[in-house]
Amino acid sequence: MIQATDEKDIEIERRFVPKAKDINDEIAWAQINKDVLRSMERPRLMYWVIFLASLALFGFGVYCEIYQYQNGMGAADLNNPQVWGWYIATFIFWIGMSHSGTLLSAILHIMHADWRKPIYRFAEAMTTFSLMTAGLFVLVHLGRVWEFYYVVAYPNERWAWPNFNSPLVWDATAIGTYLTSSIVFLYFGMIPDLAICRDNAKGVRKKFYWLLSLGWQGTDRQWANFRVAYLTVACFLIPLAVSVHSIVATDFAVSQQPGWHITSFPPYFVAGALYSGCAAIITLFIVLRYVFRFEEYMTMPILDKTCRLTFAIAMVWTYLNLVEYASVWYGDDPVAKQTLLFRATGDYATYWWAMNFLGSVVPFALAFKSLRNNIPVMLVVSLLLNLGMWLERFMIVTPTFAHGYYPWTWTDHWMPNWVQYGIVAGSFGWFSMLFMLFCKIFPTVSMYEVKEMVYHRFVARKARA
Amino acid sequence: MSKAHTLALFNDFEAAGRALQELKASNLPGFRMEDVLIKSPIEHPELSEMLGSRPVYVQLYTMAGAVLGSTIGFTLIASAQANFLQQIRGGRPIVPIPPDMVLTYELFILIGVLMTVVGCFIAWKLPGNRSPLYNTRISEDKIGILVKADPLVIPKVNGIFERHQPLEIMGEQGR
Repeated sequence: MIQATDEKDIEIERRFVPKAKDINDEIAWAQINKDVLRSMERPRLMYWVIFLASLALFGFGVYCEIYQYQNGMGAADLNNPQVWGWYIATFIFWIGMSHSGTLLSAILHIMHADWRKPIYRFAEAMTTFSLMTAGLFVLVHLGRVWEFYYVVAYPNERWAWPNFNSPLVWDATAIGTYLTSSIVFLYFGMIPDLAICRDNAKGVRKKFYWLLSLGWQGTDRQWANFRVAYLTVACFLIPLAVSVHSIVATDFAVSQQPGWHITSFPPYFVAGALYSGCAAIITLFIVLRYVFRFEEYMTMPILDKTCRLTFAIAMVWTYLNLVEYASVWYGDDPVAKQTLLFRATGDYATYWWAMNFLGSVVPFALAFKSLRNNIPVMLVVSLLLNLGMWLERFMIVTPTFAHGYYPWTWTDHWMPNWVQYGIVAGSFGWFSMLFMLFCKIFPTVSMYEVKEMVYHRFVARKARA
Repeated sequence: MSKAHTLALFNDFEAAGRALQELKASNLPGFRMEDVLIKSPIEHPELSEMLGSRPVYVQLYTMAGAVLGSTIGFTLIASAQANFLQQIRGGRPIVPIPPDMVLTYELFILIGVLMTVVGCFIAWKLPGNRSPLYNTRISEDKIGILVKADPLVIPKVNGIFERHQPLEIMGEQGR
């Protein structure tokens, strides 16, 4: 009887849950090495187009930053009450982007979701470079950039009175910890692949990889220790990632600005971070798949799974967004309520409605399989989602400053000038430039993990047969 | 007594597994299973189990890092606040526990992560101690078995390897 039920279940599964292969499990291990190493040698022409465009954008950003540094923050149209401008909105955006690497690498690693294996490496790299970009905005938004160390929890022997109770100090520590841990995690997980590069490279590159691979030979002792250490670091990274964005949310939630003093801000920020990060993964997935000819590894079933994950997170974010509105609407702060109404009906209403549409309605495109399997559509959707998430950060910062408690500080029409546009655009150039350089120097697809994936599927297939 | 090394390359885990089983059953004088190393492009726990128990101590470093991180973290932050003893802060606590917990938490994770990785490097004995025989095909798709034994036993070990169709046997006198 039990056997009959099992057979029936299997039959139902066959009919209704068709298993698309995440990856071709008959691919030879040597071929995996060859494909990934070749991608580092000869990317498509588009690689250089993206790299040079990023470099140009970054160059313009540097010019704007120098201009701002020489002429003061007023040159960037920053003044009371608009003291943060787009810088802090973009800072939160970049911090948020970094969370997807942890999600794919650490959370899905612990959950044994092996479809993450071909794509987690670039997500980890994205984490690292997003954090580096976010860190720059901490410096950029300071009037006296040379006194940046005031936000670090350093010994107080000069009696300068650093405020250890300030979330800004916690923020600097949390971001420093997250950046260090992410770099360590990225590098550590790459060591077996660096050994593959070492074994196949020549000349200066061979020396470079030899140095970085630390003499890895793939011995059983090395693998056993590697596995335990990698899992342990992954376990550390999950609460760390949550703490980083919660602390960023606390920067706002413990302040006196109307509309920010909300208990749900930390989870709302974390959900937003995962959401924008996943959307960015879809964008980079599509770009890398084309530029480095990774069609064999970054497959449509994996894109499909990533899109479904993004859709789920988008719905969580939508719910928390509604909770934020409800908290303000039913709360006891009439000014916060006025600020919310100002967002929806005032000078920034277009952006507010665009944010809600892009963040909560556009993700429904991810619910349709026919759209999920359409790469150009997914590229556009992922970019729109990230635009929506950037607008979310913009809506948190700018309208709140524009419509605070004191009517004489209201700056309803405020928008940044070209200096801020340039620096924000330059940050995208900086991120893309670093990311593209990374993809050229280091293997973006984890070769040993893809081999494991192929091997385990081969063993399972053999056992079934 | 000086030892010699030999490395056999196999095409797949099954062949390597059969060779290991025969080595284990051989009871050759001057040869111990503890001196056998598997080199492979991916981890293969079933094959490693044939070599016997090889404990991993990385968790101890993690534990030490976590304890050190929280202790040092809190002490450093509290001592940085120590001059509030003289610099009056309007009745607020000199060492405020809740905000210090946040910073302590971050240092607990930072040192925990760093110590885990350092512990792993120590366990690998890297970058200094590398086993003497290596073939670049191991990082591609081949499985290597490295044996360290008395020079007199090496031909017998190679004989066992040869019965399981190795792709190549490399030898080196040393240590």
